[in-house]
Amino acid sequence: MATIEIMGKTLNLDNNGHLANPADWNEDMAHAIAVKEGIPALTVKHWTVLNYVRRVYKQEGAPPSVRRISMESSVDTKELYALFPGGPGKKAAKIAGLPKPKACI
Amino acid sequence: MTEEKKAQPIERVSVIVSKGSLEGVYPGLIMANGARMEGIEASLFFTFFGMDAIIRKRLDHLKVATVGNPGMHMPTLLGALPGMSAFATAMMKREMKRLDIPPVGEFLQMFHDAGGEIYACKASVDMFHLGKEDFSPLVDDIITVGEFYEKSAGAQIIFT
Repeated sequence: MATIEIMGKTLNLDNNGHLANPADWNEDMAHAIAVKEGIPALTVKHWTVLNYVRRVYKQEGAPPSVRRISMESSVDTKELYALFPGGPGKKAAKIAGLPKPKACI
Repeated sequence: MTEEKKAQPIERVSVIVSKGSLEGVYPGLIMANGARMEGIEASLFFTFFGMDAIIRKRLDHLKVATVGNPGMHMPTLLGALPGMSAFATAMMKREMKRLDIPPVGEFLQMFHDAGGEIYACKASVDMFHLGKEDFSPLVDDIITVGEFYEKSAGAQIIFT
């Protein structure tokens, strides 16, 4: 199993490079993962999205699709792609310590 | 240990939509938008009847083809009955709504906002006597097949 070194801890990753155990995650870790993903600083808007996807995951056991984030998080599609270059659904989930979303839309 | 050859990830796709039925248009939209969600650059090129998906007055009125569509598992004559296409279309739209798949107009907007490019085929535009004003304002340009290939440099081309 692949691992990642964050803040002095060695954590397991799943096949997509996301944290294997979402319970390993905390807010400081989000910053560390974001930097590795090419996002130097997490803004308030980033956190609106991250908190939203974590809330959905907690309630439903799966992270939301990009479309759902755009409709429910108050951050629209254009902003999402600007905030999370390289795919907002999977990037947001990765930084939030969650598995990759299994959505086609 | 054997040396593993790593496949190159896809960086760019050009999706051609050539059919104008509801089931002809959605696969291309989903493939192109799905590419953007993966961080892959994507453009959509609409040609022949596929252009119905970007013609302002038609894009939200596309129908499922119930005749000449073996996937419907319905005898051709039955599919030709009045109202059959409207019925199949309503069924499919209801199912898509359940799955949170947006209507065509909203889908184009989503793809455009995601940074995707949308083009119409010049040969088809000329053949059907259309102008830029007939198309959704989201259409970036009307381009020739040559321009399509230029814009698709380094891209995988997907024909639907």
